[in-house]
Amino acid sequence: MATMTPASPSAPQSTPPSGPAYRPSTAKRAQLWLAKHFAMLSAILVLLYLFLPVAYTFAFSFNDHGKTNIVWQGFTWEHWQDPCGVTGACESLVTSLQVGAISTVVATVLGTMMALAMVRYRFRGKQASNVLIFVPMATPEIVMGAALLTIFVQGFSNIGINLGFGTIVFAHIMFCLSFVVVTVRARIQSLDPRIEEAAQDLYASPVQTFWKVTFPLILPGILGAAMLAFSLSFDDFIITNFVSGNENTFPKFVYVASRRGIPAEANVIGFSMFVIAVLLVVGAQVVSSMRASKYKS
Amino acid sequence: MSALAPVSQVAGDPAVHPAPPAPETQKRSWTAYLLLLPGVLWLGVFFILPLVQLASVSLQSRYPGFPGYYYRDVNFDNYVAALTDYAPHFARSFLYAGLATFLAFVIAYPLAYAMAFKAGRWRNLMMICVIAPFFTSFILRTFAWSQILADEGWVVGVLSFLNLLPGGSIINTPVAVVAGLTYNFLPFMVLPIYASLERADPRVIEAGGDLYANGFTTFRTVTLPMSMPGVLAGTLLTFIPAAGDFVNMELLGPQRGKMVGNVINDQFLAIPGGYPVAAALSFTLMAAILAMVFLYVRRFGTEELV
Repeated sequence: MATMTPASPSAPQSTPPSGPAYRPSTAKRAQLWLAKHFAMLSAILVLLYLFLPVAYTFAFSFNDHGKTNIVWQGFTWEHWQDPCGVTGACESLVTSLQVGAISTVVATVLGTMMALAMVRYRFRGKQASNVLIFVPMATPEIVMGAALLTIFVQGFSNIGINLGFGTIVFAHIMFCLSFVVVTVRARIQSLDPRIEEAAQDLYASPVQTFWKVTFPLILPGILGAAMLAFSLSFDDFIITNFVSGNENTFPKFVYVASRRGIPAEANVIGFSMFVIAVLLVVGAQVVSSMRASKYKS
Repeated sequence: MSALAPVSQVAGDPAVHPAPPAPETQKRSWTAYLLLLPGVLWLGVFFILPLVQLASVSLQSRYPGFPGYYYRDVNFDNYVAALTDYAPHFARSFLYAGLATFLAFVIAYPLAYAMAFKAGRWRNLMMICVIAPFFTSFILRTFAWSQILADEGWVVGVLSFLNLLPGGSIINTPVAVVAGLTYNFLPFMVLPIYASLERADPRVIEAGGDLYANGFTTFRTVTLPMSMPGVLAGTLLTFIPAAGDFVNMELLGPQRGKMVGNVINDQFLAIPGGYPVAAALSFTLMAAILAMVFLYVRRFGTEELV
């Protein structure tokens, strides 16, 4: 930033032309500084843009609003003191957390197995499996939601599966699966296969090789995939809206409430989840970079 | 779409090597099928089977006079209705999604570029900043945009003051819908572009400058081509959900002139007897998007996508 402090405009001209260092004019230097930092400056602007609605969500959690929470009316702590004060808010949050946890665990286990098969083995039908993994990611959520609704209502209800908690979990596992596979697969692909071969050369069984060598190495990828799956599940509205019946998840609660005005308690819960998630991610980053530096030394 | 990988690779890790496994290290074994089976079954039962059912519903006919009841049929009228009555909705969906994808690309690229080449030790922090807004519910953030773009808000105030807003309003217009779509899917554009730039060797870009290319020429002929796999994945990951979205239209858009997602949603969940046409609409949307994806991938494609 030092180069930005405006020197008096006459200063550069007053230096004798025989001086050893050429000093460009302030305007020129500002231009150079901008050119050098253009990418970083625009990046910061974009990050501010990304956070703008989060800031609004935070600010309006303190709004002493009447029927609708749209215009600023005054400051209150009230909503932070009792976020569960609105009927259904915390119940829907608990449902979302449960759905997210179950879907994440199942999708991560199934997806990691598929990723291992896709990278480490040659088999008939690999191309078809690739397409099967890719197409759900290229299908709009509304189509998946509609398709699931038709099969749940017209098919699976005959065998006793009705819309509700279970159908939400089934659907969430399905749409998280592909994202887990691509994330873990990228991690496995970036591993040096010779590390595993070395383990085998040292008479480790395939099972031992997997648990002692492969698994610890791909664990960061698996954790990243799990995080991705949880956030996809936790924030999903479109598919959930189709398959949830009378069950309320947090996004569905907010959407339904938005018809008559989202209560500030929802802002409190939404912003708190944001803070918790950021703290968890930053914590994980700190731990893993500490581990990495320990490994190096 | 391996582009999502950096989420897991942000931390420095000595075990990761760029060397891809040589084909001969891949084993042939029944284990592969055992590993695949549960996931494939799941996708079969909860993705393929529902689509088959959706296809069958899209050909059903209604019982006249009994809304909500259908009989099995091969009735292509649903598709005719989908393609004629709702053609403007399709056009709007693809137009708004296309605009949002383009805007997201323009906004995302400098951020991804800065993260890959300029951020240094701030890289991980910036990565967290890109992902973090995700954790506030997407509906809450979209609703916040309806507050930001409201007639009483500062955005409209500033633009009106500068005489840049002839209509006097942003909220409840297509502009607000495109703005919402751009914002909501931006991280899906940033992360893949960042992933492909991060893999690029900065010395190659420097070489462009050494060979007397100016900044723009270097960007156009060196940097952009190197990031093409990421741009490709990013545009798909933005365009596909944007084209099927109905929430932004519902919360930010006008009362009339909806997108195809709104029609599908209303036909399924609000209008009795809407299933067959809505199923035909869904199938048409999916077919159109898949066709676009495959053409697009064939035109610009790389191996890395799948």
